[in-house]
Amino acid sequence: MDFTHQLVQQLINGISLGSIYALIALGYTMIYGIIKLINFAHGDIYMVGAYIAFFAITQAGLGLIPSLLISMVTTGLLGMLIEKLAYKPLRHAPRISVLITAIGVSFFLEYTSMYFVTPTPRTFPDMFDNVAFNIGPFVVNGQQVAIFTVTILLMAILTYIVQKTKTGKAMRAASFDVETAQLMGIDSDRIISFTFGIGSALAAAAGVLVGIYYNSIDPLMGIMPGVKAFVAAVLGGIGILPGAVVGGLILGVVEALVSGFISSTFRDAAAFAILILVLLFKPTGIFGKNTREKV
Amino acid sequence: MKFLRKNDLIMLAFALVLFAVLQGLITGRVLSAFWQFNLLIVGINVIMAVSLNLINGYTGQFSLGHAGFMAVGAYIAVICTANFHVPFLLALLAGGAAAGFIGFLIGLPTLRLQGDYLAIATLGLGEIIRIVIMNIDYVGGAAGFKGIPHNTNFAWVFFIMLFALFFIKNFVNSNHGRACLAIRENEIAAEAMGVNTTKYKVMAFTIGAAFAGVAGGLFAHCFYIINPSSFTFMQSFNYLIMVVLGGLGSITGSIAGAFVVTFISAALASWPEFRMIIYALALIALMMKRPQGLFGYMELTNASIFDKIFRRGRA
Amino acid sequence: MKFSKKSLKFMGAVVGALMVGSVFAGCGSSDNANEIKVGANFELTGNQANYGTAARDGLKLAIKECNDAGGIDGKKIVLTEGDTKSEASEAVNAATKLISDDGVKVLVGPAVTANVMAESQVATDNKVPVIGPCATNPDVTVENGKVKPYIFRSCFIDPQQGDVMANFAVKELKAKTAVLYLDSSSDYSKSLGKVFKEKFEAAGGKVVMEEAFLAKDQDFKAALTKIKTANADVIFVPAYYEEVGKIVKQARELGIKSAMLGTDGWDDPKVVDIAGADALNNTYFSTHYFEKDQEVQGFIESFQKEYGHAPNVFAALGYDAGKMLIDAIKRAGGTDPEKLTKALEETKDLQVGTGKITMDPATHNPIKSAVILEMKNGEKVLKAKVQPQG
Repeated sequence: MDFTHQLVQQLINGISLGSIYALIALGYTMIYGIIKLINFAHGDIYMVGAYIAFFAITQAGLGLIPSLLISMVTTGLLGMLIEKLAYKPLRHAPRISVLITAIGVSFFLEYTSMYFVTPTPRTFPDMFDNVAFNIGPFVVNGQQVAIFTVTILLMAILTYIVQKTKTGKAMRAASFDVETAQLMGIDSDRIISFTFGIGSALAAAAGVLVGIYYNSIDPLMGIMPGVKAFVAAVLGGIGILPGAVVGGLILGVVEALVSGFISSTFRDAAAFAILILVLLFKPTGIFGKNTREKV
Repeated sequence: MKFLRKNDLIMLAFALVLFAVLQGLITGRVLSAFWQFNLLIVGINVIMAVSLNLINGYTGQFSLGHAGFMAVGAYIAVICTANFHVPFLLALLAGGAAAGFIGFLIGLPTLRLQGDYLAIATLGLGEIIRIVIMNIDYVGGAAGFKGIPHNTNFAWVFFIMLFALFFIKNFVNSNHGRACLAIRENEIAAEAMGVNTTKYKVMAFTIGAAFAGVAGGLFAHCFYIINPSSFTFMQSFNYLIMVVLGGLGSITGSIAGAFVVTFISAALASWPEFRMIIYALALIALMMKRPQGLFGYMELTNASIFDKIFRRGRA
Repeated sequence: MKFSKKSLKFMGAVVGALMVGSVFAGCGSSDNANEIKVGANFELTGNQANYGTAARDGLKLAIKECNDAGGIDGKKIVLTEGDTKSEASEAVNAATKLISDDGVKVLVGPAVTANVMAESQVATDNKVPVIGPCATNPDVTVENGKVKPYIFRSCFIDPQQGDVMANFAVKELKAKTAVLYLDSSSDYSKSLGKVFKEKFEAAGGKVVMEEAFLAKDQDFKAALTKIKTANADVIFVPAYYEEVGKIVKQARELGIKSAMLGTDGWDDPKVVDIAGADALNNTYFSTHYFEKDQEVQGFIESFQKEYGHAPNVFAALGYDAGKMLIDAIKRAGGTDPEKLTKALEETKDLQVGTGKITMDPATHNPIKSAVILEMKNGEKVLKAKVQPQG
């Protein structure tokens, strides 16, 4: 394989990895957009989603689509419940306290899961035959295409919800200023709860897809993807939906290229370095608007 | 000014009495080895928390890379003692200086960033430091650095902690400290008032990093081995938890935060499978009950308690 | 500023709760003449929890069997557990607690090399013998050419394994070129890679590429794409099963057909589930036992009965450590450190879960045979049994 071959294959690898980051980052960025909370528990919600689908498939013997739906609905409700119990009482507290609560929720989800499902990784059953397409010398497999398509589709649906529907309008209003929105007759609490539901359901979808793709899930599987998705969201401009997808894809491609042409040891370091470089030149991310600060 | 000094002296006397009592408990073997060990860890965590508080609490810059500076200090210090047989104090200072220097280098460009953007950038830098250490074979790479002399004892930890507390307390109460506070309250207003914000942000960051480096040196010399996995971003979260739990912008709070977090963990050691679950619930409950942290912005020195006891004693 | 009464009350409650907690934690270390206290210090939370808990389960089974059979001279073995949180400093903390507060006289664990090394100093200072069930790095028991008097292990060491696999690659697979794909966050992986490279090149082969990944990675395709370009005869992946399963799966998906070689970290039924039976064809690894051997059937059956699933290699090694300890306590007539270390050193032809072991008193490494297994359609096939040298 010569250089261009490898380059193209690495781009394929990078885009498929990047679409996973993007998928998780979408929920992250949505929640951030509305209450400015770095929801560190997002990666763990993704893990819970994967486990729910796993048990739906293996214990209840359901098919992929029903399991995915059950997982998304249950996880969405879980997200709303967490918001109600842990974050809502802190609506007027300093933001950093909410962040610490999010870390607490993250530990809680990780270790309660670990207690019930044991730390041993589980293998996801094969849900559909994995077809590998050989296009010339390049290899793309069916699941990679599926994940990429789902990511783009979800981004489009979300953008539609946020931009075109009434709820979306309320979400945008609440993200501008929760209190003013409230004065305008928007039930902010309901909107925030709704956002958490959607964001968590998205995380569940990501968890199920990743479970199928990599074939293995464990209670701590959400930590690294959670951080990477956060990086992706910030890279694209946190709070901006297309930004999350672009950020995720850039991150994935950078990691693949660094692993392929420099050294895989420095892959994560390079991912963070790119983030820092981008932020130095565009302090609010690629798509971020530079708002003027006022006193 | 005079009042301040008196207060300082009272605190110093109190600290010495505390030291004597604790040291007595240790020498008299009243405290088991496990609790002695945790006393060391508390002291180190206090240094970490109070130095992070200087950055996060007093200057208002959201840093999530504190474990990275600790790692730099730890590795530099162990190289000094284990490979070059440098005296312990000098090794600690070297570790602190190195960490401070790295903090300065990192702080200069990144402190232009704001809020959450700074948080993720510092988290990333902490991870980069760890990954780089993991790939340096001279310090053992992923396997870790072995054969570290066991130099850290309670006296070292206690007095360095005391120094860190007084240093940071005095810094905060100095002109520089007030500039930092101004930046926290409102950066643009501070700048308009003629505060060189970049200078003070970098200064706070460098001092915080340097103390983290010294704490790292102390930490490393508690063990026979250190390895990069002790300095992940999860560890940085831990220090952030201590600071916020105690109260951002309160030194007393940082002490309390470090104490509470370390002792929850130690007291639950007998129930390993529930430890993290209970810890998580405690964290959530504490934040809900006191979102501003145990102490908020209050200090025990300023707060009336000592004064009261003192005056009542005289009255 | 003043404290409100409410906040003072609240803080008082917190401090009070902590104190009560520590009092509870402090008791429970009453000495009982009818008990033998053993500390199990393992990775129960954190990244390495799946390995630590498996090893602990194996150890627990060995002790349960002993207690069910009447214990040692009528005394029951009581296991106290500690958690290293998958971190060296916490391993020291937990070991200190087990020794000082719980009063254990001997420690088993942790599973991961770096944690055992960290623990070894506290144990030595307190004269508490340690058995590392799966710490395969030579430095665990030997320091600067001198054996650490209180530290033992119940498994073979990395050089033996790396040597076996390098020889196998050259002699059996006729390999001329190899790629190393190592877990750069793991000491185990790096030291095996080093030994393999040395031995493989000494036998006339050439290592043409070295790549690395990090534990808990999910996606290996970028590095594997690069590895594919090297077109080597064998790819050596000394790593743990979680990553190995994914690596093999993704390598085959990318069309890498070279033989893949591994070590005892591969030995888990999960590898087949994750990678798939087809992908695992043309892979070989060294491990401690062959599951179809007559002498290990007893262990596999009782483990299956106790836990409802097949043991992996960590569980097997945890069980071996337990067996070795029980035997030594019997011969030493208790847990007196000097007598116990002497008894451990004199372990000879002891039947444990995975075979027979004899301790080498000069290095505290057991002399134990290794096996090389081939994966054929998801089944393990015995390729070779390598007897220990000397």
